[in-house]
Amino acid sequence: MPETTYIEAITQAMHEEMARDERVFLIGEDVGAYGGAFKTSAGLLDRFGAERVIDTPISEIAIIGAASGAALMGMRPIAEMQFMDFITCGYDILVNFAAMNSYLFGRACPIVVRGPAGGGTHGGPYHSINPEGMFMNRPGLKIVAPGTAYDAKGLLKAAIRDDNPVLYIEHKYLYRRIKENLPEDDYIVPIGKANVRRKGKDLTILTWGAMIWLAEEAAEELAKDKVSVEIVDLRSILPFDEEAILESVAKTNRVIILHEAPLTGGAGAEFAARIAEKAFDYLDAPIKRVAALDVPTPYSPPLEAAALPDKARVLAAARELLAY
Amino acid sequence: MTTPGTHDLANEQLLDIAYYLRLTRTLEERLVALFRQAKVIGGLYRSLGQEGESVAAAYALDYKQGDVVQPLIRNLGAILVAGAKPADVIRQYMAKGDSPTRGRELNIHFGHPARDGFIGQISMLGDMIPVMAGIALAGRMQKRSLVTLAFIGDGGSSTAAFWEGMNFASVQKLPMVVIVENNGYAYSTPTAKQTAAKTLADKAYAFGCAGVTIDGNDVLAVHDVTKRAVENARAGGGVTLIEVKTFRMKGHAEHDNASYVPKELIAEWAEKDAVVRFENLLVERGVATREDLAAIQKRVKDEVDAATDEADKSPMPDPADAGRGLYIEDGYWDA
Repeated sequence: MPETTYIEAITQAMHEEMARDERVFLIGEDVGAYGGAFKTSAGLLDRFGAERVIDTPISEIAIIGAASGAALMGMRPIAEMQFMDFITCGYDILVNFAAMNSYLFGRACPIVVRGPAGGGTHGGPYHSINPEGMFMNRPGLKIVAPGTAYDAKGLLKAAIRDDNPVLYIEHKYLYRRIKENLPEDDYIVPIGKANVRRKGKDLTILTWGAMIWLAEEAAEELAKDKVSVEIVDLRSILPFDEEAILESVAKTNRVIILHEAPLTGGAGAEFAARIAEKAFDYLDAPIKRVAALDVPTPYSPPLEAAALPDKARVLAAARELLAY
Repeated sequence: MTTPGTHDLANEQLLDIAYYLRLTRTLEERLVALFRQAKVIGGLYRSLGQEGESVAAAYALDYKQGDVVQPLIRNLGAILVAGAKPADVIRQYMAKGDSPTRGRELNIHFGHPARDGFIGQISMLGDMIPVMAGIALAGRMQKRSLVTLAFIGDGGSSTAAFWEGMNFASVQKLPMVVIVENNGYAYSTPTAKQTAAKTLADKAYAFGCAGVTIDGNDVLAVHDVTKRAVENARAGGGVTLIEVKTFRMKGHAEHDNASYVPKELIAEWAEKDAVVRFENLLVERGVATREDLAAIQKRVKDEVDAATDEADKSPMPDPADAGRGLYIEDGYWDA
């Protein structure tokens, strides 16, 4: 297969799953004739028709609510948020209705809520969110955040086939910036499994989404100083691969948790706590977090760059840990 | 056999409705007794005064076709019509381990649309409107001719979820009927503080769906209008919003003495009690005798007694299960 971009991987996953299973359908704003604000759903309307590619009013509550109702009836909807920021408009129905179906009622509610997230594209405060943290403390959802084209496709397929509601966070900075050769054959990436994408022995960077590429840049830089960095791409935020995290920390004894969402109360706090509880004896230095400033993501490029994590901050954190 | 002036309902169906009306009222009275014995530990929300519309509207559905009703807290009658078992309702209130939600949720918040023909609300009012739209959407995609019937209140019709769900359902012309119960109060807030609209049915204009206001304490009218709306929806005619004017005869829940409700209003609506009114109509039209009605009450009492005994004997949940079943693949619900 020719090189596939991250966004093409998402599009392919939807095409293939809709062809494989007639219960799968897409519902969202401008997903039909327009093909989605980012053209993620390109070609779906022509191939599968308006009944399975449903353009909706501007109504995140209706999109997530209707998808949930259909899912209870055995369908497998993909609900698109035009930007992940707008998921807050449907937050209630997602966490209180969709996410609680199994625990409270024993009902399967297999929906995927997906859409573009993340900063670095000058989208401003309402088009840059990294939403994982605000869903992590509301049990019932699964949360995935792919950082590669391979994972984007495999995790989306896994999410569509999962019997639970899955929040699928795609990073729009990666849409057309990364590409790779994908397998010809059908594959999934299992939810809940991390990927140790770079092996190392001196320091672990635990991260996900677009931040894996920042971690790679930092690792390359550190390699020049003969520092061997291990990068654990978490891929699934909930449930998360605790074993992989602890294993890496036990090996390198130093860990940076890197995420693009704001620091305070971010998902990284949970992983830090887990490491402190379960791998304290392995640590040779404090757990370090590198995250966005505790502010909404500002629009102007100099401000945005200053608010989001960058290579200099990752390197500074790494050097501090190595010198500890 | 049908009787003139009963909207084509067979006598047997009329008696069936009379049975569900009494079953609802008697079951709730039993729940009040259990509440006072501290056996019902959560909130108890009475539907006194609203049994008529709950039963009559739900009776307009065809559950064999896969129709689905979604009650609010005061629509116990609707799920009884759909087939919910009184013992299960009591188990839910008593937080028993073999209740439909196994002690995880309370009252009539339970049911599966595909399995039971009903699905309970969640407490965030309005959220079920888009969900019921989605159930109707799935039915259409699956080439079934099912219709969904959602209840919402005067208060709930102020929420974003209600508006978004109604708008989406109307745009999609989904087979859905929505009963807006105007029972005078949302907790302590009178309808006049809920909306500046003259009637709640006026909201239908904004959605471009059909809208009508009817007497919610007229059992035959509620059934007739709902039935027409359901058949219209089944035939592809889209959404109908039916405002039923009724009255909440008790407080918001058992703890609330409703001191904010003028006594004259309660007295006025007590005269219009839907259950008594319907029973009188059956006698006047020669469908039933007073003895027949007494026999229904006896049957209902026996059933509620048996259900209470059954629920009372049910075990409380095993605390070891508190962490189970968050995800379907856990298999907790398979056993």
